[in-house]
Amino acid sequence: MNKPFAITLDVGSSLANKTGSWRTERPVYVDRLPPCNHACPAGENIQQWLFHAEEGNYEAAWRQIMKDNPMPAVMGRVCYHTCEGACNRAKLDKPVGIHAIERFLGDLAIAEKWNVNVEAKASGKSVLVVGAGPSGLAAAYHLALLGHAVTIREAGPFAGGMMRFGIPKYRLPREVLDAEIQRIVDLGVKIELNTRVDDLDAVLATHRFDAVFLAVGAHLAKRAYIPAGDASKILDAVSLLRGMETGEQPLLGRRVLVYGGGNTAMDAARSAKRLGATETIVVYRRTREKMPAHDFEVQEAMEEGIMFKWLSTIKSESGGTFTVEKMKLDDKGKPQPTGEYEEMQADSLVLALGQDVDLSFLGKLKGLSINDGVVQVDSNMMTGCKGVFAGGDMVPAERTVTVAVGHGKKAARCIDAYLKNSVYAPPPKHELAVFDALNSWYYSDAPATVQPMLDLARRESTFEEVVGGLDQSNALFEARRCLSCGNCFECDNCFGVCPDNAVIKLGQGKRYAFNYDYCKGCSLCANECPCGAIKMVPETI
Amino acid sequence: MTGASRVKFYQTGTFTVGNRLLDVSVRSVQSDADRNNSLNSGHRACQGCGEALGARYALDAAMRAVNGRLVVANATGCLEVFSTPYPESSWRVAWLHSLFANAAAVGTGMAAAMKVKGRKDVRVIAQGGDGGTVDIGFACLSGMFERDDDVLYICYDNEAYMNTGIQRSSATPAAARTMTTPAAGQEPGNVFGQGKNVPLIAMAHGIPYVATASVADLRDLEYKVGRAMAIHGARYLHVHVPCPLGWGCDTGDTLKVARLAAESGLFPIFEAEAGEVTGRRTIRRRVPVEDYLKMQSRFAHLFSPKRDERRIAMIQAIADRNIRRFGLLDKSEQGAHP
Ligand SMILES: Cc1cc2nc3c(=O)[nH]c(=O)nc-3n(C[C@H](O)[C@H](O)[C@H](O)COP(=O)(O)OP(=O)(O)OC[C@H]3O[C@@H](n4cnc5c(N)ncnc54)[C@H](O)[C@@H]3O)c2cc1C
Ligand SMILES: Cc1ncc(C[n+]2csc(CCOP(=O)(O)OP(=O)(O)O)c2C)c(N)n1
Ligand code: SF4
Ligand SMILES: [Mg+2]
Repeated sequence: MNKPFAITLDVGSSLANKTGSWRTERPVYVDRLPPCNHACPAGENIQQWLFHAEEGNYEAAWRQIMKDNPMPAVMGRVCYHTCEGACNRAKLDKPVGIHAIERFLGDLAIAEKWNVNVEAKASGKSVLVVGAGPSGLAAAYHLALLGHAVTIREAGPFAGGMMRFGIPKYRLPREVLDAEIQRIVDLGVKIELNTRVDDLDAVLATHRFDAVFLAVGAHLAKRAYIPAGDASKILDAVSLLRGMETGEQPLLGRRVLVYGGGNTAMDAARSAKRLGATETIVVYRRTREKMPAHDFEVQEAMEEGIMFKWLSTIKSESGGTFTVEKMKLDDKGKPQPTGEYEEMQADSLVLALGQDVDLSFLGKLKGLSINDGVVQVDSNMMTGCKGVFAGGDMVPAERTVTVAVGHGKKAARCIDAYLKNSVYAPPPKHELAVFDALNSWYYSDAPATVQPMLDLARRESTFEEVVGGLDQSNALFEARRCLSCGNCFECDNCFGVCPDNAVIKLGQGKRYAFNYDYCKGCSLCANECPCGAIKMVPETI
Repeated sequence: MTGASRVKFYQTGTFTVGNRLLDVSVRSVQSDADRNNSLNSGHRACQGCGEALGARYALDAAMRAVNGRLVVANATGCLEVFSTPYPESSWRVAWLHSLFANAAAVGTGMAAAMKVKGRKDVRVIAQGGDGGTVDIGFACLSGMFERDDDVLYICYDNEAYMNTGIQRSSATPAAARTMTTPAAGQEPGNVFGQGKNVPLIAMAHGIPYVATASVADLRDLEYKVGRAMAIHGARYLHVHVPCPLGWGCDTGDTLKVARLAAESGLFPIFEAEAGEVTGRRTIRRRVPVEDYLKMQSRFAHLFSPKRDERRIAMIQAIADRNIRRFGLLDKSEQGAHP
């Protein structure tokens, strides 16, 4: 007789009673789309890489980023992180500092010399990429990983596009940029520098490329008509910022006006200050609230002593005296002239009024459609000319590094499909993991980590990086603030809270399964799942 | 990873049942894939039953604490009825049912028998519902306390006689509607009596250990069972277990309701040794009692057809008094468990 301890009666087990038959709704595991992922223009699976980082598995986290974005260290610095604006944790305290963790991972990868390898077989196809900015580089990276031979033609003396010729060093140190570009080159991507494509039509007629990706950016500075006694006192922000990279530093003088209210204006003003200007004044025609520059950039500029003159337009210059007209906003928020003028003394004026795309290189390429100065593309990033794709600043979209990188990835996938005579079909999007789908009770209280800042004296006089990075322990802390919205992180809640033991724990990394023989459909598991990864669906009987 | 080992923040900490970021040795019993499942699948408790869940939580923790050397006496009530329609037992512990009123006495007898047989390793738990504990079984329970018998008595408090169709017990809260305190007349629902706080009465016996716990705080509950099993003599654990059927809440809201009972202060969670309070679980996100009451149709008459301001305020006063009395907002005090 082999009976359990202290048992005397022969007993049957209630396992014979399949209570699953009571159910009118059944729980199912789902993966919902985390709002950060949803908001990321580069399509990063942020929640997933944070999941690895939470365990201190930084290499796995970095590799997950690299599936979508070849430049985590750059991105962690310059991306405007729309992900954080969408982050559900903001409803509890502050969003997860996603960009800071991404930067940490990117920097660690550079320090540890982590690399990616091409695993795909060579396809025998070759693709021309025009422009080595973020969009061209990202496309080249993904195309190379897919087994295609990639050549980038770049007009400038270095790769990087506006990441190098626009974004100043104090926001993006060049060693970081160089390291991440080198990793792409190491995949076998050929970059031909100082090789401007002047007539695309002609290039395609003489060389055999199976597909083309255009990513020339927007480099023509917009001008404003300002009658000036001395035209040499007026220059544009793009040339100023570019000059600092190529060694042609312009002489700005001690008092500098910067005209414009975008991020480029902030970079130009902050660079002018670092170049020795004692007074730098940003002149903008509307108000601070209406400024397109991001708030943190305006904030950092102000900290560095940049001054602002709101509601003002510059009319003319004569002998170092600039005539400025006061503006006022009308009911629609548009600036209107007032007829009131004042004078400002300055040694130079930097125009930061935006950029246009230089389309002269397209030659007589057929089928292209150009609207508002940018090249139109279809939902597969293809222009009106078959086999010619385009992305980044030269197509209609927001102009950011992240959008450009996202375009590069998407274009690579579409080009890959095109080369296989098919059409890229993106995987279906999951339902969004909104805050209300979460059970926030379960998350520990944890304030956001603040990144260290360079001290002000050095910010005003050097091009050293302003914002500091996280270290191992605060990166881990920050990662663990993630709520893992919509995706199981194996907290065992469903397994624990089921009154019927109808949840099976499959072991680490394998998540759980429902035992529908016994699940009565009470929905406790769904309600107590912290991250909203369980959904109740009606039974069909 | 040196950095990792220094960080003492684990995303969900001990709020969730498990946590992959915590060392296995400090994870909960319930997170263990090989936990005992003392109350197994196939039992006939209603959907979302708090009592079924609370019993598994408590007994699995006890089984781990005593290495499986456990015998259990059970009073009549839902827990007994839904688990053992002979021959289909859901119990994976040595378990005995006798009567509604005598679980404490049966536990006493079991403990005596083990002593006679020299089975020092075998420990005894007696358990029952609130009716079986605070009403009909009260004399046996008091005797067990007074003699300091080596039994842990666990009361699963769902605040009424649920098994026979939701009749009032002396643990039924003021204003609650039950079959015997209908929502009719001038003062619908249960009367505002003096209350009968059995944990405090148990403390008055001066027994070695008394604690309250909630099915909504697993780690606290497991800690208290472990603590109780480490002590000999008479011990009492009073666990709050919502009954979706009797309380009129959603079957998926059992834990939320239990949580709000604690977070509003209506169900104070504390522990006491030898008659003195030694720890309390402080409120994390305080809510007005209204949030708790509104989830349950047994209190619906407090809100419609007209809000009963006066009696809602009286219930709030009960919560406020608990908060003062047990120091439930005293943040200097750590929770009872790590
Ligand atoms: C000052 C400034 C600061 C910015 N700061 C940020 C920021 O902090 N965060 C952010 O997300 N975005 C920022 N942006 C925007 C961002 O830099 C751009 O949106 C992004 O670089 C666009 O990428 P792209 O690849 O489309 O083009 P680009 O980066 O402009 O690269 C295009 C490349 O193509 C080359 N090229 C052009 N024509 C030809 C040709 N005919 N033949 C061969 N090569 C050619 C160019 O030399 C260049 O290298 C900033 C922009 C500026 C100007
Ligand atoms: C002496 C006696 N009186 C009445 C009953 C009927 N009876 C069985 S269970 C029960 C109610 C149990 O209530 P409680 O102890 O609170 O447990 P619950 O069912 O609520 O879990 C009653 C009245 C009985 N079995 N024995
Ligand atoms: S009546 Fe209440 S206590 Fe009894 S089984 Fe149903 S939910 Fe559980
Ligand atoms: Mg009861």
